[in-house]
Amino acid sequence: MTAAVAMCRLAKALLLLLVGCIAAAPSLFGGVVGGTDTGAAGQDIYGQCIGCHSPDRNRTGPLHCGLFGRVSGTVQGFEYSPAMREARVTWDAESLDWFLRSPLDAIPGTTMGFAGIRDDARRTQLIEWLETLVEDSPLCEGVR
Amino acid sequence: MHNEDLKNAPAELLVETARRSRRKFIAEAGALTFSGVAVAMLGGQSTAIAAGIGDAAAAQDVRILRTAVAAEHEAVAAYQLGAESGLLEPAVLKVAVKFQGHHKEHVEALAAAIRKLGGDAPDALKQYDFPVEKLKNQADVLNFAAGLERGAVSAYAGAIPAFDNRELSSAAASILADEAMHWAVLRHALGLDPVPGAFFS
Repeated sequence: MTAAVAMCRLAKALLLLLVGCIAAAPSLFGGVVGGTDTGAAGQDIYGQCIGCHSPDRNRTGPLHCGLFGRVSGTVQGFEYSPAMREARVTWDAESLDWFLRSPLDAIPGTTMGFAGIRDDARRTQLIEWLETLVEDSPLCEGVR
Repeated sequence: MHNEDLKNAPAELLVETARRSRRKFIAEAGALTFSGVAVAMLGGQSTAIAAGIGDAAAAQDVRILRTAVAAEHEAVAAYQLGAESGLLEPAVLKVAVKFQGHHKEHVEALAAAIRKLGGDAPDALKQYDFPVEKLKNQADVLNFAAGLERGAVSAYAGAIPAFDNRELSSAAASILADEAMHWAVLRHALGLDPVPGAFFS
């Protein structure tokens, strides 16, 4: 039996076990798979961030709850690059717009290996959604 | 087989031949996907291309690679969590372990590239902050894994244009393709459209 045939059988087994069981499941890293009516576009764009970030947990990148008003490099328990620690940027709509357009150009030395979001409208939608990640957001439950 | 023979061959034989060729192609392509192609790109040719860690562009490439290794370590740990959860059926567990193996290969290849560029690859964290409390059944575990794979696809899509070294971009694209296949299989298993669109970022 070839590996391809074995893989196919395993995939079928997966399907038989689970198909029809789930209509739509929320993400287990902050409800970002799927979407809601409010801020759906920004939330969808946030999908580009979830390889490294989560609203409520430090991962490869720092958590995003409470991002607005925070000074760069200051989330407790996250190990930042020296460049980000030294940047001392206060995150707001303007600074995020500048940073997210091209992170590697904005703060050389950042470990955020992301080319950026060049489309102004999409960047704005993402920033508006990030602004909703405040203390009383369901995605920020338990985040101090 | 000559063209004349081919013309006269029964349709079933042609179909079977095509099927066997396709199986062979898929099997061989699968074997080459990462170990043969991407490792060579990352670990071999980049040696001659790298300008050294002192070069700003190479240093940036190393930082991007280190971030990728950190994310791959997280994926390995996540699949380990799923595998040890006791929530997966044997057939599903087999797939999860296979996918975890791919992520381990990604770590090895990316770490090799970092070393070639004169850097040090990060180790896995001792502990990851996973939403363990939300993993109650097999579907939860698969959804968790699907979220990570989806994120990985986006992360590589965002990193590919940022590499100064085009061969690293090419290798990252190879990894992205693997993560996308994982994501599609997991979505299919969850009863979701495995390929929800023509474009993805």
